Amino acid sequence: MLSAMLGEAWRAMGANRLRTFLTMLGMIIGVGAVVLMLAVGQGAQYAVSQSINTMGSNLFIVLAGPPSSGGVRSASGGGATLTRADGDAIAELPGIDVVAPVHSGSAQVVYGPNNWNTSVFGTTPDYLEARSWTVAEGDAFTDSDVRAATRVALIGKTAASNLFGSESPVGKTLRIKQTPFVVLGVLASKGQSLDGRDQDDTIIVPITSAQRKLFGTPFPGAVRMLMIKASSAEAMPSTEKAMVALLRQRHRLREGADNDFMLRNLTAIADSAAETTRIMSLLLGAIASVSLLVGGIGIMNIMLVSVTERTREIGIRLAIGARERDVLLQFLLEAIIISLAGCFIGLFVGIGGALLVNALTDTAVIISGSAGLIAFAVAAGIGIFFGLYPAKKAAALDPIEALRYQ
Amino acid sequence: MSDTVIRVEALCKSYDTAAGPFPVLKEVDLAIAAGEFVAVMGPSGSGKSTFMNILGCLDRASSGRYLLDGRDVATLDRDALAALRGRTIGFVFQGFNLLPRMSLEDNVALPLVYAGVERDERRRRARELLAKVGLETYAASLPNRISGGQQQRVAIARALVNRPRLILADEPTGNLDSHTSEEIMALFTALNDEGITVVLVTHEPDIAQFASRQVRFLDGRIVHDGPTVHTPATEPAPC
Ligand SMILES: Nc1ncnc2c1ncn2[C@@H]1O[C@H](COP(=O)(O)OP(=O)(O)OP(=O)(O)O)[C@@H](O)[C@H]1O
Ligand SMILES: [Mg+2]
Repeated sequence: MLSAMLGEAWRAMGANRLRTFLTMLGMIIGVGAVVLMLAVGQGAQYAVSQSINTMGSNLFIVLAGPPSSGGVRSASGGGATLTRADGDAIAELPGIDVVAPVHSGSAQVVYGPNNWNTSVFGTTPDYLEARSWTVAEGDAFTDSDVRAATRVALIGKTAASNLFGSESPVGKTLRIKQTPFVVLGVLASKGQSLDGRDQDDTIIVPITSAQRKLFGTPFPGAVRMLMIKASSAEAMPSTEKAMVALLRQRHRLREGADNDFMLRNLTAIADSAAETTRIMSLLLGAIASVSLLVGGIGIMNIMLVSVTERTREIGIRLAIGARERDVLLQFLLEAIIISLAGCFIGLFVGIGGALLVNALTDTAVIISGSAGLIAFAVAAGIGIFFGLYPAKKAAALDPIEALRYQ
Repeated sequence: MSDTVIRVEALCKSYDTAAGPFPVLKEVDLAIAAGEFVAVMGPSGSGKSTFMNILGCLDRASSGRYLLDGRDVATLDRDALAALRGRTIGFVFQGFNLLPRMSLEDNVALPLVYAGVERDERRRRARELLAKVGLETYAASLPNRISGGQQQRVAIARALVNRPRLILADEPTGNLDSHTSEEIMALFTALNDEGITVVLVTHEPDIAQFASRQVRFLDGRIVHDGPTVHTPATEPAPC
């Protein structure tokens, strides 16, 4: 019975190939759009969550200099008012895990014939702890390296491969701004940061070495940035207030005077970035769903036309013993087949589109099986939902009225 | 005569028109026994088709009773009526009413699909019926490839495929020439000889001669009902 019905549905669809295809096209575009948008949205969410995971948790940064002047943000770290002593004082506050002073800049690095411009971070071992950054090969430098301003370095994966190729950098000597540094270790890979920079394209050296040998300081102990890790997410708001108060007091800022530093809750920024991406991917999915809905309405439209066109045929079928449910099933099957076939093709179109987007723009895409399954279920649902009304209309026809229809 | 297949009592049918109800059948009484071959005659517009559609359970009477095999069809639901149309009655139309996109074999087999018969059995029966009407070689053709007379034979094969006990035919030869008409009538005669009750509408006295009983409608009433009086000129000719 069902096989005969499938055969008939096939025949009916084949009788009007162009129309069947165009109806299907609505579903193909709808499902394709949903699959593509889900893939792009999930890819973006994944990329953001990866960046957040590699950033480290419960982080603040304090930058030297006022947050903005006259609406224009001055170059961060320009007004050199932040000192390592500020960092030490913050470390004494309750709810603070570690404080790492950072003095960074970009520098030309040379190893043998290789030349590479990368960002060099002068900091303390606490920085690695704050960022939960591990050393993949070799060892990290220690606090005594910082005290003695030894010329040692940790190198990120990208910088390492550009300077050393496949060689192991550990124990080699490279030159940063002409100054020789011995590579102690290679940092574990962290990938992209939230703002899209490659976090592995970096070199980390003791802050004292960076200040004395590489970038210099306006006055002893000045730093451009403090990286601060709070002990828990709950402690962050109160810690933030305490830090602002402490810094204002230490910098002798009067009541009402602007801060001469800028404090940022990195974790909150990351959370809002994640939220933004989530909303964006929801929005993309919603827009794509509209095209799926339009595809469904297209099916309903064509099925209604088909029922009208085939009224006489329905009459003949009723006259030779078709029951209401036979006619219902016949038209429903047609709608479901069109919908499912459209969905199937749309799935491939969507996946192909996602791979294309990935290949052309380097955007992360995630094609999940669950998204495909959902698309399939939705398409079958759409076929049934939008096919049911025309099918019911067909099934409810009166035999003699249908037979008289010209 | 033995058991009654069709019993119609005070049957009325009026159509709803813009000018109010329009009576077409007025208090029709008729009984047809199993195995009879009845020709329904009458002028155009006298209500013959309306009557046949009601007998075929395609339409419902406005009032009065129609008992098919002793059962009042007014009490049956849509599914039960579908079963009657599919199994008990074989309806043959003036315009053949084959499905144009289906092969002749599939057309003939279609009532079996709705009767839930298995595929192999459907094929076998459809072929058997096509052979019976002499068209087995056209099994795979589409309806528009064959002549009107052949199409009507296929339609008769389709009406027969579920082994109905009653064949209703509304001007089955109306679109056919006289020679082809006689072939079709020979087919009905053969079916009647097998014991199938046949009721057919015709305008032509020659065609009516094949029946054993003639009923004449006039203006929605039966005005004549009696056995066929054979005239020498219209002896049934062998096919
Ligand atoms: N659906 C309808 N609505 C309104 N009036 C109808 C309808 N069908 C038939 N009639 C009218 O009912 C009357 C009987 O029609 P019917 O088709 O039964 O006649 P008939 O005897 O079969 O005629 P013919 O020999 O021409 O086929 C006609 O006057 C016709 O106009
Ligand atoms: Mg008629």
